Parts: sequence; C-alpha cells; structure tokens
Amino acid sequence: MRYLPLTETDRREMLGVIGAKSVDELFRDVPESARREGLVDLPRRKGELEVERVFAQMAAKNVAAGSVPFFVGGGAYRHHVPAAVDHLIQRSEFLTSYTPYQPEISQGTLQYLFEFQTQVAMITGMDVANASMYDGSTGCGEAVLMAHRVTKRRKAVLSGTLHPQYAAVVKNLSDFADYKLEIMPPLLPGSSEDIAARITDETSCVVVQTPGFFGELHDLRAIAEAAHAKGALLIAVVPEIVSLGAVTPPGEMGADIVVGEGQSIGNGLNFGGPYVGLFATRDKYVRQMPGRLCGETVDADGKRGFVLTLSTREQHIRREKATSNICTNSGLCCLAFTIHMSLLGEDGYRQLARINHAAAVRLAEKLASVPGVEILNKAFFNEFTMRLPKPAAQVVDALAEKGVLGGIPASRLLPGVKEVEDLLIVASTEINTDEDRAAYAAALKEVL
Amino acid sequence: MSDIRFTDQHEWVRVEGDIATIGITDYAQEQLGDVVFVELPEVGKELAAGDEAAVVESVKAASEVYTPVSGEVVDVNSDIEATPAGVNEDAMGDGWFVKLRLSDPSELEKLMDENAYNEFVESLQ
Amino acid sequence: MSGMNKQGRPTSIGGTSANGARETFTGNKALELEEPLLFELDNPGACGVDLDDPGEFASHLGNFERQGRIGLARVSEPEVMRHFVRLSSKNYSIDAGLYPLGSCTMKHNPRLNEKMARLPGISDVHPLQPQKTVQGSLELMNELAHWLKELTGMPGVALSPKAGAHGELCGMMAIRAALIARGEDEQRSRVLVPESAHGTNPATAALLGYKVDGIPATKEGRVDLEAFKSKLGPDVAAIMLTNPNTCGLFERDIVEIAEAVHEAGAYFYCDGANFNAIVGRVRPGDLGIDAMHINLHKTFSTPHGGGGPGAGPVVFSEALAPFAPLPYVVSGKDGFRLVETEDDAKADGTQPFGRMTAFHGQMGMFVRALSYMLSHGSDGLRQVAEDAVLNANYVLASLKDDLSAPFEGPCMHEALFDDRFLKGTGVETLDFAKAMIDEGYHPMTMYFPLVVHGALLIEPTETESKQSVDLFIATLKDLARAAKSNDKDRFTGAPYMSPRRRLDETGAARKPVLRWAPPAPAQAAE
Repeated sequence: MRYLPLTETDRREMLGVIGAKSVDELFRDVPESARREGLVDLPRRKGELEVERVFAQMAAKNVAAGSVPFFVGGGAYRHHVPAAVDHLIQRSEFLTSYTPYQPEISQGTLQYLFEFQTQVAMITGMDVANASMYDGSTGCGEAVLMAHRVTKRRKAVLSGTLHPQYAAVVKNLSDFADYKLEIMPPLLPGSSEDIAARITDETSCVVVQTPGFFGELHDLRAIAEAAHAKGALLIAVVPEIVSLGAVTPPGEMGADIVVGEGQSIGNGLNFGGPYVGLFATRDKYVRQMPGRLCGETVDADGKRGFVLTLSTREQHIRREKATSNICTNSGLCCLAFTIHMSLLGEDGYRQLARINHAAAVRLAEKLASVPGVEILNKAFFNEFTMRLPKPAAQVVDALAEKGVLGGIPASRLLPGVKEVEDLLIVASTEINTDEDRAAYAAALKEVL
Repeated sequence: MSDIRFTDQHEWVRVEGDIATIGITDYAQEQLGDVVFVELPEVGKELAAGDEAAVVESVKAASEVYTPVSGEVVDVNSDIEATPAGVNEDAMGDGWFVKLRLSDPSELEKLMDENAYNEFVESLQ
Repeated sequence: MSGMNKQGRPTSIGGTSANGARETFTGNKALELEEPLLFELDNPGACGVDLDDPGEFASHLGNFERQGRIGLARVSEPEVMRHFVRLSSKNYSIDAGLYPLGSCTMKHNPRLNEKMARLPGISDVHPLQPQKTVQGSLELMNELAHWLKELTGMPGVALSPKAGAHGELCGMMAIRAALIARGEDEQRSRVLVPESAHGTNPATAALLGYKVDGIPATKEGRVDLEAFKSKLGPDVAAIMLTNPNTCGLFERDIVEIAEAVHEAGAYFYCDGANFNAIVGRVRPGDLGIDAMHINLHKTFSTPHGGGGPGAGPVVFSEALAPFAPLPYVVSGKDGFRLVETEDDAKADGTQPFGRMTAFHGQMGMFVRALSYMLSHGSDGLRQVAEDAVLNANYVLASLKDDLSAPFEGPCMHEALFDDRFLKGTGVETLDFAKAMIDEGYHPMTMYFPLVVHGALLIEPTETESKQSVDLFIATLKDLARAAKSNDKDRFTGAPYMSPRRRLDETGAARKPVLRWAPPAPAQAAE
C-alpha cells in the first residue's frame, strides 16, 4: 500500500524488539468476541488512477455551478477566487500542520490568525474577532449562547429576517440546552415586524440578519436601541460577507455581536462545507466569547510573536465549565479568507462589492421586464426576491431543465408556508455576465 | 494573626468588626501560577457562604473563589482587576478580593485557623 | 587545464567560524525570513486584484452605503505571495517531519485527496441546487455513509457535524432525544465521564444540561469497573467513554461496561478520536456502543490545516438511528434524495432531533476521506490499524527504560510516558518537549491525559517508516540521557533555534492584544 512505509522485514524486526510473536498479540486486550479475523465487507485497495475514475464518474452526475448561468445564494455564494489563494493554502506548512499549540514552531499560523481577526473586526466594524467558527449557522448558535452568558438571561428572539436553517440550528441548541426562543414569522421584503415589542426583561438577545434571507437590507439602529434599553444584546448576522464592502457594517449600527459566513471570500461552494464562521464583538465581552483567540506578545529574546490566548475559556481547561465545547476552528478556510482579503485590500474589497451590487441591480431590471414577475425588494445588495405567477419550486426545476440554475424557491427552506410558495430568491455576483442575464430572462419567459 | 480563618478550597477570611475581607491563600496563587484575570462581584450583592464570589484565572487554569461566610458585598479590590499580578505578589494582603458585611459571624467557627490550614497544605504535598 | 577556478573562489569551509549564531542587520537568518504584519505592508494605491468598474447603474443600497475607510491593507499580488510564503516557513508540518502529537493522529495527507476535492464537478456545486443537479454529490455522501457503517458495524450515520466536538454534541443530542421519546428525560440527568476523558466530553454533556460525574481510573489506566458500576442508576443518561482510551489502552471491560449501561437503561457514547487504532480490525458496533463520532481529519487523513476544518460524522446503533439529525441521504428508484424537512422525515419513518448546521456537512472533507478509504480498501485500512499499533508499541518498548511508562503494554496506537524519569533533574515535561523542537521534532502531547503526572503522549501513526521512528527514538534517548546528566540548559532555555523562542503567555493574557491597530497619529509639529 503506497501510503504505508513499513515492510514485512521492518515489521518482523520491530515485533522482535517488542517481544511479540505477531501483531495479533498487540491486540490481546480486545475482547475475543469483537476481534475480526477477516476483512470487512468493502472493496480492496485501489491505485490513484482507479480512484480518480470513481470520482470522475460522480462528478459527471452533477451540474457544476460554473458550467451554467448560475444565480443561487441563500447563505452560500459563488465568487471568483484568485489563483494565488488555492496555491498558498496548499503549502505543506499550512495544510499539514496542527492547531498552533507550540507557538515557537507555529508562528505562520498564529500570525495569519491575528491578521484574520483584524480583518474581520475591521469589516464588521467591531472591536475584536475570534479565529473563526465552523460556519455562519453554528456561529449564530454560539452567539445566542454567549448572549445568555453575558446577560445571565435565557431567552432569545429571532427576527423573521434570519435564514430559516440558521434559525433551525439555534432552535436545536436552545431546545437541548433548555433555553427559551421566540421565532418571528418570515419577514417578506416590503413588510415590517415589531421586534422591539418582543423584547422584555427576560430577553437576552435579538438576532437580526442583514442582508436578510430575502435579500433586503435592514436598519439595525432602532432595534439596537430597543434591545439596549432592556439590557439585551443585538446579534447581527451577515451571511454574504462581500456586502460589507458596500453596506454600513453592523458595528456602526449598534450590534453587540456580529456573526458572518465568510465563505464568499476565498472559499468555494463545496456543496455546503467546509465554510468559515466569522464572530466579532465588543472588547468588554471578549472573555465570554467562544472559540480560539490569537494574541500578540513577545518571546524570550523580546521579539514580537503570537500565541493562542485567553484559553481558560476553552474546554481543555474548563471542561464542563467551558464557554463552548468547540475544539477546532476553521483553520484553512480562514487562511483562504485572509489571503483573498489581502489581495482585495481596501480598494478591491469595495470594488468587488460594487460590482456585485451592480450585477444584482441589472439582473433585477432584466427579470422585472418578464411578464408576471414582481421584484419585492426596495434596498438590497446582491440578492433579491421575486414573486412569480406560479409555485417557485416548479419554476426552478423547469429552469434547470433549460440549463439555468435560477435561485432558491423560498418554499424549500420554509415548507408549508403558503405565502412564500410563489417566491424565488435570486443572487447575482461578479461571475454573471450580460449573456447569463439574457439567458435567464429568456428561459424564465418560456417557463412562466 | 489569630483573626484569619481558612477553607480547604484555599480561601482566607480576615475579620475586623463586622467586615470580612476575603482572598486566596499564598499556596493557591502559587498553584495557579501567574494570575492574568480576576472577575469580582458587584458591590451590594448578597452572598451566602459557599456562593461563588469571584473568578480567578491564570494562563493554564481558571477557578471560582467561594465565599466562606455570608454577607453583603461592601467593597471589591479594583486594583487586582486592573493589575492581576497583585494577587501573586501579595495574596494574603494587598491582593485581597472582596469585603463583606458579615451576617452570621458563627460561620467563622467552622473554618480552619492558621495552624490547621498549614497542616492541611502540608498534607497535600 | 581549461576548467580552473580563475576567480580564486574559496571552496573549502576553512575560514568559517564554527558557531553560526550571530545577529544580522535584517534579523533574517538566511532562509529564515522575518515578516511584518500585513497591515504594516499597506501601500496606498497598491492592489492584488484587477476589477473593472461596473459603470453606471441605479444603486439600490438605500441609505445603507458604507462611509469612511475600512482600514484594510493595500498590497499587490507579489507582496501577498511573499508574505504568506514567508509565514508558512515558520510552521512545522507533517510533510516536513514526524509529528507525534498523541490523540491527534498526525498522519500523511495524500495529495490525491486534494486533487479529488478540487474536481469542478465536486467542489463547484451549491448546497441548494435542485436535487436532480447534484446526484453525484448525494451519491458520494451515500457511499461515505456506507463505508462508515460497514467499518463500525453500526446501522445509522449523521454526516453533518462539522468537527469532533460537534459530533459529540450530535451524538449526545440523539441520546437525549431517545430518552425524551421514552419519557425518561426528566429522570435521567447524570452523564458519567472518566477522568481521563478529553475536555470536550464534559463540556458537551454540560452544554446539554447534564450533571457530569467523573469515573476514576485504575492503576492500569483503565476505567475502574467497580466504581463505574456503583455510579450507575436510574438517573444516568449515558456514559461517554473514549476507546482506545486517552492513555492509549484498549478498555478490556468494554463489553461488560456496555452491558451494564444498557441494563441501567442508559446509552453508551464512545469518543471515536482514537478509531485509527482499530479500524478494519474491531467494529464498535460489536462492542455495544450506541453512538460514536469519527474524526475524519484523524483516522481518514483529511488535512488538519493548522486547526481545521475538521469533520465529525456520527454513527448510531439501531436504538438511536431514527433520531439522527437532518439532513440525510436516501436512495430510491429515482436516484438519491436529500431528506431535509421534518415532513420528509416523517414520511420516511424517522424522528430527527433537529439540525446541526445550515447545510449538509463538510462535503470537502467527505471527498478526501472517501478518496483515502477507496485508496486503502478493506485490506489497507486493516493494515493501517496494525502498523499504527506496531509503531506505537515499538516506541514504548524502545523507550520504556529511558523514559518512564506508567502502564504496562501493549498499548494501542499511542504510547504514554510520565515525568518520573525527570525527577531530580530540574527539567520538567515542558522543558523536555521544548528541547525536542531544537532537534527538529514537534513535541508530543503534554500534560494530557490528566490522570498521569507530567504526561508525554506519543502517537507516531502508521505513515512513519522504521528509519524515521528509529531516529526519533534515538533522539529521545539522547535527550533523556542529557536531562539525567545535568545538561539542564539544553532544556530550560529551549527552544534556541526556532523562529521564535518561548513566548510570554502571561503577558498576552494580562493585556490582550487581539488585533492590529494603526499607530496613534504623531503629534502635530509645533
């Protein structure tokens, strides 16, 4: 087997040193009833070429996003990733190293984590960010738990702007940890919800997403004020992080915790993962924050260096008193984010956001001209919702037949909600061309 | 100093009048290592004996500090909040944590005196 | 005589001083290059991408247009490349050398797996595309699930957990869901966790509101069966046990433990972090386990990536399988289908407890793990376990007289030592480990498990050759000899030769600096 260096001669010699007759002897503590003599019922080893054939066959059964006019968003976005990113994250020293527990020989990882934390704090408009979470949705769950710790209260209110599957993740955690939760009905663009009225002395936090699940941009200022007046925190969720290159960041609208999905920067779609959760907050809450943190310090020679710090919050020290059970971050995805963001810089990030917004505006204009289509959004970034004259799920399937991946039917994530049945959520990024938009409009006209 | 009492969780309490000053022992600070963070209660809070009064953290360990006696918090040591190293430098003096107004002085009787505590610490080593 | 050395360039090392340690003007040391923070490279006007202006369009941002500078550094592509290449050179990695971190399974990461994960038909697929357009991805998930179920002998699997700790959470949630369904949730409030457990175990149980009750270890480094049985009762929800355990030993009484747990009406959660020791040879399902997470980044070699992303699928017994979370893949006559709503699940006859993450799990890691499994096959995976155990026992046998081993062998995939061999030397476990850095090794896991004083936990893995393990053993023998012969400086000041020496963790925690901030503007000149 190509990955196993020991030869039969090696094994014999080593058994001699150990003083065992066979490898079986080394497994003698395994109860006899559980020892398997033969092989498990699975195929035998394969060479590289055979393995490649297997995956090539599976890949051929998918429609790759890049092969068609593509307009799907809903918390995962297709952006162009510069070639340098994938090259750099595949360097052995990044790819095949462990968590930087030995800082003397992990400064590479530690320094980029520090740079990542800084970038995230800057774009969200917050004081401090951690070294990443698994993804946006799990980060959202952790943010609610953190708000409970900070306020010593047990109830969260989720706005109808929140991605339904983020809400499901929060609900799952809350149910099992015996916390209370109020989930507002889906908030369609053009409607409003009175979230301030839901905040009581029991409320630890309100969770609002912007751009919202239906693409609408939401003002957080009044909600922040209402929450703070009752001693509650505002958690802002940003599932499309490119938006912050053009849109007022939650940190400037009074958010106490900002959770983001960082996939859009540096990371591909990957059918849902791995992604990279962004998590930022105010200085005063840093010790209640979940996840890893990297901090600056000096070494024995007085040179600047970086270490994981404030780790007494974490499970390996506090065990059952830890702020979270999280053990890993999203290291390599977080590196991809950092590199892509470094390439973009101030000007590139802003320009990318502007291009995305322009692409979505142009698409909305184009689709609005298709008979029967109504665009619902007033303020949006690169995603919007349209009302169709028939159920959106059927339309999306019919568009796929015509070779256009046209978006997400709201009913897929909100099954059984009658008022969203005809709604289609559409995203457009810098990858879309005029030809893509024309192809979409033409196909839509045909299937409606 | 006979007015100091100790717990087996390595807290000390010194009483002057009806005011009890509470801290962690020299042995405790040595075991923790460099103290990096201290969280203290709000003044005015009522604590019962055995309640968590504070949290103390070093790089490698975090520990709750429990009050050995009941009473209302009348003062906290904001110096060690700003400069946690103070706990390592003078745990039994300037590195105190909180002052309580004693509500039940009889609780002191259940605690160890200095000799008993020293013997207890020796038994741990 | 045409090829003479006309410039008289010296070709011997005659005049070079023996000790190369000297300060340089740049702070660099030849190939080891110092690198500032990205933000210190900021150069207004520079940019690492070319993005055309989108031209005129009607903004729909309303009154949400971002004002003011964000503060991001402006750097060109060559500078970004150089920045991150220089940073990378300050990291140790498996590709560079033996990485004996116990309990972490730092094995070789085959690059074939990276190549497969980057096939556009696999990587460039959106989680919410119509299901007809993602049949290949669903087939891949189904195939991975099949391999995991066969290898563990367990009938159910949840693929979505994002890492080991997330898998633990998922497994314990399924247990609690099953107890709720039985009407015993109120009654069962205690979870038993051995003192040698990973910190994530008690943290997970506590997150679900359980009281954590520790089980002591015997002097053989295993669960104290009598103490364990005495703690069982009608209020126990589950036991969380790592097997092979964190001392690197197989829990001999595991079948008896499982029977006792089930007799008490509780469930058996197994932390599968150490599955590498038994893959292909022992099926957890045959031991009576109800739920176990599998760290794909350990046993199945998806890269650790400097601390993630991991992946932590969970396998379930018959009793827990119906409670596995959404979503999951089923195959039918029209191909594969993703069950992603409660109504779908009801029609399918299951009762999922909820959802762990927005989408379907770490697909990128699934590809790599499956590529690893297909490459090894049933025969190769069995050999993985055997070679991992052989390498660890070879280390234990070779070093037990130089270091000190708290427990009798044989061990499984990792060898545990304690600090008795350092007694009286003035060298501590940490110093010993730091001296290994100067010798070109990443230290082993230290001070874990907590049941042993000054623990040193070594996991060589099966992808180390005998030659590599022999040099490692010889190095540790030399270090042990040096420690015992009073060569204290080699340890207490170590490492001397790494890009940074020991770092001030106290200072970092007392005054946390967690981000770069622009230097305060200089006072205006008078």
